[in-house]
Amino acid sequence: MQIPHPLLGLRDASEFVYLGDASLLQRPEVPEGADMGDSVLLDAFHEYLHLRDNPAGEHRELWFHEQGDRSWLVVTRNTTTHEITDCVLARDLVSR
Amino acid sequence: MKRVSDGLVDRSRDLNFSFDGKQFAGHPGDTLASALLANGQTLVGRSFKYHRPRGIFSAGVEEPNALVEIGRGARLDPNVRATVQELYDGLSAGSQNWRGSLRHDLMAVNDLAAPLLAAGFYYKTFMWPKAFWEKLYEPLIRHSAGLGKLSMQPDPDAYDTGYLFADLLIIGTGPAGLAAALAAGRSGARVIVCEEDFLMGGRLNSEQQHVDGVASSTWAANTVAELKAMSNVRVMTRTSVFGAYDHGVFGALERITDHVGHQDQSARQIMWRIRARRSILAAGATERHIAYPDNDRPGIMLAGAVRTYLNRYGVAPGEQIAVYTNNDDGWRTAIDLAAANVEVTAVIDTRDTPPPVDTSGLGNAVLVRGANIVKTTGRHALTSVTLDTGVTVPSDCLAVSGGWNPNVHLSCHQRGRPAWREDIASFVPAGDLPVGMGIAGAANGELSLGAALRSGHDATAQALAALSHGADIGQPPQAVDEACEITPCWHVAHEAKGLRKAWSRSWVDLQNDVTSKDVTLSVQEGFTAVEHVKRYTTLGMATDQGKTSNVLGLAILAEATGQSIPDTGTTIFRPPWTPVPIAAFAGASRGEAFRPVRHTPSHAWAESQGATFTESGLWLRAQWFAKPGESTWRETVDREVEQTRSGVGVCDVTTLGKIDVQGNDAAAFLDRVYANTFSTLAVGKVRYGLMLREDGFAMDDGTAARFSDTHYVVTTTTANAVGVFRHMEFCRQCLWPGMDVHLVSTTEAWAQFAIAGPHSRELVSRLVDELDVSNEAFPFMACAETTICNGVPARLFRISFSGELAYELAVPARYGDALMAHMNDTGKDLGAVPYGLEALNVMRIEKGHATGNELNGQTTAGDIGLGRMVSQKKDCIGNVLSHRDGLAAADRPRLVGFRPVDKSVQLRAGVHFVSHGKDVITENDEGWMTSVAYSPSLGHFIGLGYLQNGADRMGDLVRACDPLRGEEYEVEICSPHFLDPEGDRLRA
Repeated sequence: MQIPHPLLGLRDASEFVYLGDASLLQRPEVPEGADMGDSVLLDAFHEYLHLRDNPAGEHRELWFHEQGDRSWLVVTRNTTTHEITDCVLARDLVSR
Repeated sequence: MKRVSDGLVDRSRDLNFSFDGKQFAGHPGDTLASALLANGQTLVGRSFKYHRPRGIFSAGVEEPNALVEIGRGARLDPNVRATVQELYDGLSAGSQNWRGSLRHDLMAVNDLAAPLLAAGFYYKTFMWPKAFWEKLYEPLIRHSAGLGKLSMQPDPDAYDTGYLFADLLIIGTGPAGLAAALAAGRSGARVIVCEEDFLMGGRLNSEQQHVDGVASSTWAANTVAELKAMSNVRVMTRTSVFGAYDHGVFGALERITDHVGHQDQSARQIMWRIRARRSILAAGATERHIAYPDNDRPGIMLAGAVRTYLNRYGVAPGEQIAVYTNNDDGWRTAIDLAAANVEVTAVIDTRDTPPPVDTSGLGNAVLVRGANIVKTTGRHALTSVTLDTGVTVPSDCLAVSGGWNPNVHLSCHQRGRPAWREDIASFVPAGDLPVGMGIAGAANGELSLGAALRSGHDATAQALAALSHGADIGQPPQAVDEACEITPCWHVAHEAKGLRKAWSRSWVDLQNDVTSKDVTLSVQEGFTAVEHVKRYTTLGMATDQGKTSNVLGLAILAEATGQSIPDTGTTIFRPPWTPVPIAAFAGASRGEAFRPVRHTPSHAWAESQGATFTESGLWLRAQWFAKPGESTWRETVDREVEQTRSGVGVCDVTTLGKIDVQGNDAAAFLDRVYANTFSTLAVGKVRYGLMLREDGFAMDDGTAARFSDTHYVVTTTTANAVGVFRHMEFCRQCLWPGMDVHLVSTTEAWAQFAIAGPHSRELVSRLVDELDVSNEAFPFMACAETTICNGVPARLFRISFSGELAYELAVPARYGDALMAHMNDTGKDLGAVPYGLEALNVMRIEKGHATGNELNGQTTAGDIGLGRMVSQKKDCIGNVLSHRDGLAAADRPRLVGFRPVDKSVQLRAGVHFVSHGKDVITENDEGWMTSVAYSPSLGHFIGLGYLQNGADRMGDLVRACDPLRGEEYEVEICSPHFLDPEGDRLRA
């Protein structure tokens, strides 16, 4: 596979490390002074960390360019064809 | 059997070779197969299961029979196809799979038992007694069945790997491939052309045809010369493109020295990864045979192969050759043979149609229409064939054509499923082709020469258009479209009578000895899906992957199940197209080069001191420094511990991960990444830090030193250095991109040494230039940026892993080796010694520090007794989920210490704890030992481990059980801090 890095162009997938679903970007907010053992918080983090969609088709996922510029990327890849339709810097996506 | 012409072989030079110890000669341009045929060697091997005599069946990569051993000793290669092995002077080949001799194979007795040995026989026959399977039946079966044998020695040859890039990759150089390459080359695009054979041209070299008015082989040679002269075209012969992978990546194996024998100076083979924006698959087609009784005798050959031997190698594979065909193409074999004055005894066409060619030149050949072969004779070589009309024709060679199968394989490596084409009675590429791939020529079902040339040209035009590469590529080469009609005939439904019935077999897959009966048996047994039939019968397995048999097999399957062939479908085509040695995949990454080795900065010095090294991830670390007279490693390690605890020891700890954290939000960032708080840490101080995973379990531990308001240096464990850095970058970029913080891994940039022991302050004071290292000025957990040894920049930390008064001193990596030598030299009067990883481990166990054994991904902060470190006031990674019921439960295993009741007992890591009076079973398991060491300070073994409610059970006794080794002993539960629990030493 080849990943179209937004800064570096087409790079071989062997330079990257895969993490998983890009929903990991949406870490739940923990309010100031919250009780860390609060059940609503626990449920929110449980859902954030463990419950993932497993689509046959387009999937947004996190890749780390470990053998490159160390940027975390959000890659949109079709899980049935491996076609990659989008690739952006994760920090750009979160900052937006 | 003889040379009837020069063909494309250089008969002015002889090449000597041996087969089964017998000397022969061939010529440059020969394959082993053509040279064997020219020398009259028809019998070349024994079949897989029945040990039937077998001969050369094809002239290419599809060969199922002629598998031989090449070479000697460690360079012995089994299962080499004689049909693709180029001949070279001194080549040594041998036949396979017999006992006794090739002609008189003792295992041929299997053939007499054939009725018992049908597909799946061993599942049914060798069921009882059960224990016999492993000890008797399986070894016996494995011994009698099989192909070549490995040398069982390490491969002495060199291999390499590399990358290639192209706008357009053209796979195959038959008529379609060469037409495509010529057009592509003229366009100026960056082109790679790969040919599996050593001679480019494919069937152009096998036929008596014409392109643009010249002989087809001449046109091929001229075109290749033109391509080679183009600077934008890379022409690769002896290169098999074996797989089509994602995003236009192809795997290709280039054979560099296999055609000349071993060469010291060169890699034997190169594994290329080719990245191509577009590709054209022009892999041609493979001829298939027909299933009729006894269709496996030596001398029975594919009709197209007979033409190849005749036209390309100038060899007539027989003196009386019959042709058996269900299509027009087979007739051309008869015509070419007759034109070369080889006797054609018969042409048997299964169709009842007029001959598609002018038969006036065929002499006395019997021409039979609408007939089939029902019997053949000849033990070691064919002698005759008998037709269902009752006629028997003497023949020493039978040329068979059952039609041509497009080589769709690479088109299917990315989910493509081929589609059936009735007019050619075969499958063509369809469905999801690999991205950017076009198909040309016979691979796409264009079976005539003119059509193949045109489709190659057109495929290039389309590829260039897709690349927006506008250029005049001229007109396609011209040739006639010869007749290639077919009426399928898959197998001959002949009922043999009486005793002969059980032995009458029509082979489908010659390599795996699968007959048409095996396929129908599979259906009877309920294995009707094509993938099941493959597994049940082994049809289409092994080195040839059914290239000549698959379509034939599934046609028979379709008939047996009453389904159509397209409904039956094909098995899935997977890489590789032809066998690829594992060694080629490995390339140069073998032995010491299997993976990189990381040396610590003081590696050279440690080597000079005779250190023993151990692998720690990719690192090589000094394990201990044995002195003359020490006879065991324990003796050395005990001494290193004692000398460190009584004097001073130095240890290279560079392998610990180091991450530089800088920015206005550095402190806030670390508060979120670590379970404990770092924003409150004073400048010039160090603090222990524990990092959790988001799921609440402990991830890693280390220290963070604060050098300024905006600058921290954190350390990680050696094993987790890469993972922690990746995780911190994830936090920085993906979770909190708004924070002003930057991370740099500086593990290799700084050489770092632990200096431990009561005399460590004295040693450090001799190194530093100006820094006051007194206890008051530089107390426990202090840190400073300073200089040592007259101006060498350094970082000094007063931290202790050993429990002694200790420092860690870091200098730029290039000074590491010299500093290590200098410390041991200048500290000689203080008793300075180097200590290795083992002594480091003993001392940390004596102090109850957790490492990888304890932080195994299943432990919480509470488990290791650090529950209170997790701040309840702030959000940090893992904080919330560390409050999950299971992770906060009171009865979780807790890290405690263990000492043997009988002080002479040697503790072992991995033992499990069971209370007195309970059975040693999983249900009664209360915990396990994680780390053990002999403590020279205490004079007996000590251990760390996890135990349910361990913290509340101090002083209790528990059984340490090792059912694997049959050991059991009593241990006392104690604090994990075996030595100096108050920490007086390290604050001294």
